[in-house]
Amino acid sequence: MKFGVLQFPGSCDEVDALHAARRVGEAELLWHAERDLRGVDAVIVPGGFSYGDYLRAGAIARFAPAMESVIEFAQAGGLVLGICNGFQVLCEARLLPGALLGNASRRFTFRQVELEVVQPDTAFTRVCEPRSGSDELRAHLSIPAKHSWGRYYADDRTLDELEDNGQVLLRYASGHNINGSLRDIAGVRNAAGNVFGLMPHPEHAVDPLTGSTDGLCIFESMRLAVEGAHV
Amino acid sequence: MRARVLIRPKAGILDPQGAAVERALPALGFSGVANVHVGRLVELDVADASQLGDMCEKLLANPLVEDYEILTGE
Repeated sequence: MKFGVLQFPGSCDEVDALHAARRVGEAELLWHAERDLRGVDAVIVPGGFSYGDYLRAGAIARFAPAMESVIEFAQAGGLVLGICNGFQVLCEARLLPGALLGNASRRFTFRQVELEVVQPDTAFTRVCEPRSGSDELRAHLSIPAKHSWGRYYADDRTLDELEDNGQVLLRYASGHNINGSLRDIAGVRNAAGNVFGLMPHPEHAVDPLTGSTDGLCIFESMRLAVEGAHV
Repeated sequence: MRARVLIRPKAGILDPQGAAVERALPALGFSGVANVHVGRLVELDVADASQLGDMCEKLLANPLVEDYEILTGE
């Protein structure tokens, strides 16, 4: 199982994404200017400020040569995870519905957030389980979020469809919606189920040294989804 | 040809930047201010103005959340 982590000029979380992916499999960086995805089994579009995000977050990165290949890879059913700026890039590329707008607070916000796993049986969440000893029915993840442009928006009809189709995988727990996202949405997948984006950073929560390992279940779920497909 | 593209948040979408300006103006003594929205202006020289719509759809605006208006002059 090999992950490919895209690297744009201005990416800043690609090393943590590599580190997280290497906890569950192999991983290598994929440079934005190259079309060759080097046979990876899954792609991670990491956080940062691709091409400076000078126009709109993700607006220019979506046209990178590597993204053309990622779009083909996704359309062929390949697993793609977008984190923070990566989520913005996937929305701009129309691989995911909706858009990320400026935080309602107008502030850059950086804090640990509590997320509820709304859909436990997906390629990205299947090993996320409720904490042992808790009486929660759903898994909760405590992972960091840090962004200025994280307010998830889609029109009401799209939001209804996302909910009806089980495409909302993660919500901010009560009191943790730091950006004003509609319906507390923190992460959504596409209709086919192979592309997922979220604003918080699971790759920053894979080592007890930094306080939480709750992010690991996202990467481990992807590994199982890929290796299951190979059996 | 010189062209201007005005880009605005779509009606009904929370516009925190506009709201901040709307709160600030009365604090400075300006009264009767309402419906403030803050957008962007893109000015550019183009050889073929018929491409402006496509430029807006693909790059300059995000049509899911923004409306755009193309103004061309001399």
